[in-house]
Amino acid sequence: MASLRDEAAFDTGITAEILDDTVELPPGVGPYRLAWRRLRRNRVALAFGLIFLLIVVLCLLAPIYSQDIAHISPDYGNPTGTVKVGGKTEDILNAVGIPVGPTWNFTHYFLGADEEGRDVAVRLLYGGRNSLEIGLVATLITMALAIIAGTLAGYLRGITDGIISRVLDIIWAYPAVLLGIVLGTVIEIRGLGPFHSTTLLSTALVVGFVYVPYVAKPIRAQVLALREREFIDAARQLGLSPLRIMTFEILPNLASTIIVFIPLVLANAILNEAALTFLGAGVQPPNASWGTMISDGISTIPEAFHNVLVPGIMLVLTVLSINVFGDGLRDALDPRARIRIGKE
Amino acid sequence: MSGEDAALRVPASAAETNGTALLEVEHLRVLFPIKQGLLIDRTIGHVHAVDDVSFVLHEGETLGIVGESGCGKTTLIRALVRLTHATAGAIRFRGADITAASQKQLRPVRREMQMVFQDPQASLNPRKRISQILGSPLRLRGVPRAQTEGRARDLLTRVGMYGEHLNRFPHEFSGGQRQRIGIARALAVDPKLILLDEPVSALDVSIQAQVINLLEELQGEFQLSYIFVAHDLSVVRHVSDRIIVMYLGKLMEVSPARELYEKPIHPYTTALLASIPIPDPKENRKRDRPLVGGEPPNPVNPPSGCRFHPRCPRATAICREVEPPLTEYAGGHLAACHHPQNVSAEEIAASRRSAASPLAAGEETPAADPA
Repeated sequence: MASLRDEAAFDTGITAEILDDTVELPPGVGPYRLAWRRLRRNRVALAFGLIFLLIVVLCLLAPIYSQDIAHISPDYGNPTGTVKVGGKTEDILNAVGIPVGPTWNFTHYFLGADEEGRDVAVRLLYGGRNSLEIGLVATLITMALAIIAGTLAGYLRGITDGIISRVLDIIWAYPAVLLGIVLGTVIEIRGLGPFHSTTLLSTALVVGFVYVPYVAKPIRAQVLALREREFIDAARQLGLSPLRIMTFEILPNLASTIIVFIPLVLANAILNEAALTFLGAGVQPPNASWGTMISDGISTIPEAFHNVLVPGIMLVLTVLSINVFGDGLRDALDPRARIRIGKE
Repeated sequence: MSGEDAALRVPASAAETNGTALLEVEHLRVLFPIKQGLLIDRTIGHVHAVDDVSFVLHEGETLGIVGESGCGKTTLIRALVRLTHATAGAIRFRGADITAASQKQLRPVRREMQMVFQDPQASLNPRKRISQILGSPLRLRGVPRAQTEGRARDLLTRVGMYGEHLNRFPHEFSGGQRQRIGIARALAVDPKLILLDEPVSALDVSIQAQVINLLEELQGEFQLSYIFVAHDLSVVRHVSDRIIVMYLGKLMEVSPARELYEKPIHPYTTALLASIPIPDPKENRKRDRPLVGGEPPNPVNPPSGCRFHPRCPRATAICREVEPPLTEYAGGHLAACHHPQNVSAEEIAASRRSAASPLAAGEETPAADPA
């Protein structure tokens, strides 16, 4: 028995004398704890994660800014009003309909007006809220469908795999934006059950749907590899049902892949939403989104560049911060990364 | 059929006569189809992984299975626990045919028959804590949730680890410790038969001894039967009561453990024994070793007649044409060879064709061989 104790002692790095039945060993360090330790050292990723968090918080505060600071609703246009810029009074829309630029005054038209005399800053926050909301819902839809489809196809193989994979191939055959335009336009015109063109959910549904194969295929491939591992055999010969094996044995092993895909899909969904909206197949007016703002601002580009630039910068910043943070996350979760324990 | 059953259960030694059959395997075949084709798969051949294998395992017995890599050892025991589908033949556990049983019907059998896997790292889910790994078989067995942790703790202590290890993940253990966890998981459902698929081949020699000793202790404590698959003959000799020698999916020799090493009848067994290294190089060089050259033939197109004939130093014309039946010699020693070694003319005369012989095998048992 002593020799067994030595083996245990060797592994934990604690000498045999200390190891005693009365000693409580610390709980094990799980894969996620290790990943968090690695992520914590990646300052750049954390900084960009913080930027993203800041954008989210700002967008969530949109109603407060609109009501208590700017005192203007996002859809209220005031084409005949005036605004003070650096002491001078200017028309919100001048004689030829060119909107005023940024006033840099938090309480009034901070980032200028758009071509209908609406406050760009307020619309930017509301639009951001919608864009993020659509992105998030779309990501949830993508991940849920992809995990189910990928796991079923990979684990059950055979005819199930054949059917699921061919359906995914069909979706994949169309470029994401093109398919989005088609689906978005169809839903806009005909509606799809409870989804009408006016709900943000329909755009989220379209965006979420077109990305399913991009996630489902890698998940299927990973499940195909996982199901050949011996611990799946061990679970099968214990008599666990396929459903239990898929949810309790395979799914935990997909977690890092899923976590890595979430920021990727989120960034793409936000971009795709903007693209669809810009092309008229996404969010419909009067709802604001970064896509509609760019689309609305395009007619006044030479004179009032800020109308396009401001939502564009927000879009880039958001997607960039998600991607950089996602990269850091992937590095931290990558099982092939060197595992360093104990050192900070 | 019943007459044949009785013939299969050949009393070999005093110990076995008392034991009742726990697991009976009759003419088991596992063929893997080789498929080819662009849209519609055509089967262009089969890999003969296990080809007409029959044997009986008695209660409390340890049956060793040895053979080269690729001879079908692992496929055989995977088929026994129904992880691989058997193409033909029958597997009976406590007399009940489980060859085609549904997953639901198998549930009570799975509680009594457990498997320990070759690679202790791959056989534990890397994302689960040890408490979860041991918890799911315990709950399957009907242990209430409140008691699972205590029972899991007991199991860990029983295999020589600490209860505190429950909260750890598999990657935090050494190979030997992981294999102990694998054994604890098999024990969790309180089985009667454990199939060990090369349980120590991935471990250091010093750890191998610990794990084997543990297995022997557990056997005495829980009245376990083992099927112990290995390619290391010295390990198998240590643990087994009886040993099966397999080659290319067929049984070559079935013998009480000690007798196999002292009196191998089949030339293939002799060659296997000769390949055991002796620690002293001088002794090793002195040995006259009838080494078998070459590689095992392709199991897609196995040789005609005796599977071993292309590599056998004693092969003659009959070996190429007629598959030898499993012939039963004194003491329950079976061998499938037309030219048996180490048996006297009287023993050959007293031998008879065993009912465990492959269906395609010839009727003629060997005649007394001048060689």
